[in-house]
Amino acid sequence: MPAVLEIEGLRKTYKSRRRGTRNALDGFDMRVDAGQVHGFLGPNGSGKTTTLRTLLGLIRPDGGRMALLGHEVPDALPTVAGQVGAIVESPQFFPHFTARDTLSLLAGAGEVPATRVDEVLELVGLRDRAGERVKTYSLGMKQRLAVASALLKKPKLLILDEPANGLDPGGIREMRTLMRTLAESGMTVVLSSHILGEIQLICDSVTIISLGRRVAFGPVDEVLAQHSSGAVRIRLEAVSDLPLATEALTRAGIRVTGHPDHLMLAGVDKPASVTRLLAEQNLYVSELAPIAVDLESVFLELTATAPVPGQNRQVDESMKVGGAGQPGPAGGGWGA
Amino acid sequence: MSLFRTELRRLGKRRFTRYMTLLGLLVLAAVVVGVFFTNQKIDAGQLARAERQADQQYQEQVRWSEQERAACEQAKAAGTATDGRYPDDCSMITAPSRDQIEARWFLPSTFDFKETFDETLIPFAAILALVGFVIGASFVGAEWSTGGMMNLLLWRPKRLTVLLTKLAALLTGILAVTLPAAVLWFAGFWAVANFRGSTKGMTSGVWQSFMLTGVRGVVLVLVLTTIGFALASLGRHTAMALGGVVAVMVVGQFGLGILLSMASVRFAEAWLLPTYALAWMTKTVTLQDWNSCNATYYGECKPATMDITWQQSSILLSVGVVVILGAALWAMRRRDIS
Repeated sequence: MPAVLEIEGLRKTYKSRRRGTRNALDGFDMRVDAGQVHGFLGPNGSGKTTTLRTLLGLIRPDGGRMALLGHEVPDALPTVAGQVGAIVESPQFFPHFTARDTLSLLAGAGEVPATRVDEVLELVGLRDRAGERVKTYSLGMKQRLAVASALLKKPKLLILDEPANGLDPGGIREMRTLMRTLAESGMTVVLSSHILGEIQLICDSVTIISLGRRVAFGPVDEVLAQHSSGAVRIRLEAVSDLPLATEALTRAGIRVTGHPDHLMLAGVDKPASVTRLLAEQNLYVSELAPIAVDLESVFLELTATAPVPGQNRQVDESMKVGGAGQPGPAGGGWGA
Repeated sequence: MSLFRTELRRLGKRRFTRYMTLLGLLVLAAVVVGVFFTNQKIDAGQLARAERQADQQYQEQVRWSEQERAACEQAKAAGTATDGRYPDDCSMITAPSRDQIEARWFLPSTFDFKETFDETLIPFAAILALVGFVIGASFVGAEWSTGGMMNLLLWRPKRLTVLLTKLAALLTGILAVTLPAAVLWFAGFWAVANFRGSTKGMTSGVWQSFMLTGVRGVVLVLVLTTIGFALASLGRHTAMALGGVVAVMVVGQFGLGILLSMASVRFAEAWLLPTYALAWMTKTVTLQDWNSCNATYYGECKPATMDITWQQSSILLSVGVVVILGAALWAMRRRDIS
């Protein structure tokens, strides 16, 4: 599949006399293939928004290469801008204009037919409130307007930074459906969000960034599989057999944690080997359930941002890729 | 072209633009109406009455000087004329001649188009320049502070083109208000002169001079609009331009004026910006140094003078526009947008 978004070794450094040097992006790589819904994840201050701003020409990079729809950017941005719809960070609009005026002015600037304004207002559910000033809108409504503005030019690539921010549960579900519909129509969607459950539900692939560097990427299933601990929960027909089972499994090199009515196993490659091993000991399994990891636990693990009781984690306290005692990135090179 | 049209639409849709323009035009209208009601057409009866009042004034002056001369001589005879109240020679106390008391002093105010209209173009340009400055600053400043500029750059990633197109739309809008306002200003004062004064003596040369002053006024409006726009773009906020102007006027002008005056600097006004704005409109401003004395053949003491011309003002305005707009364009091209 051709890539619609490619980033290679992107660097951005902020220098300040008072605060010293900070690498917002430190050799960041990313690739998004055509037709995908791609999740772009990272803790606060990890470089997500800086990446998107740099990609869209708002920030000047210090190094690296970027391409959108096969064109090197920022040089070719004027050529591809008409095919890239984007909202970056929180939606920002002139508060005294109505939603229709706002979109109409953008359509005028981008030479988009005026009829498209009503189409996108309908699409994001703002048709009946389009004549009201933006300053009267809730955050969720502004978010819808932002998505509408990004959709206005019927982009091939849609980049949305926190599109579900401020949306009510119904709105989040509508947004999810909209993303899927857009992807099915051939549009590529890059979605930055902290609602990891949503990302897991709607994204085909993800890139996880931490401290300006990619720490994981690829199809969601693969990323989850790569970080699955191989945990399995088993129950036996007779609870009294649990100590025997523990002994047998430990002998076989499996890490076992005992519980009153079940055992938790770690480091199990093939769950079938557990049933075979126990059956050979005349111990019969009544339940065997692989414990699936979710994106949230993978994210917290990779970015080292899981809350620790009694500690107040600061914004930039996150995992440094390749740092001492830390695991390396989940993959290397381009793409999955 | 679509961006230009869109920016023109955006300018017109902004409430601030509408209200400020309306306010500016209302102030201009108030000036015309005020001049209309404070002037009168002079008829023969009023002229005769003024002559009579001038005669009366002359008689009073004669009476008063005679009284004072008598008092002077009395004081001199009594030897009490040493307090400096009277001159050494009492005959120096004389009444002014009759022709020194002019009848026009006793006439009500009347609007002489040829003599006065030129001066009215100064407040016209000043009011519209202020309106243009504030609208220009707000037009781009609000775009920066509300994120509108970032949105626009996502659509049109050519930064300089976007900023210059915005400026072109702004100047077009301001010109679209200023030119009809100037025509109405001419027409309004022509009407005032017709009904409350005189339009005598208007020649093609006078008209040409008025037109040129009007053109310089329009240029001043456009220059200040551009400076307001550029300052707000530089600071990414309307307040940057407004604050900058307050700082320049209060600290840079009043403060500098006081400092120069305390230091007894010759031609202190030559360091103050309003002098150049005035010179731009009136073609020449002559500054005088009252601490100097240039003796004439007749024994008079004339102060030294210095002329500030509209050509010098044009250099200052050009340099100001180039530096401030250049800085705004450079910043637009170079800086990160967040």
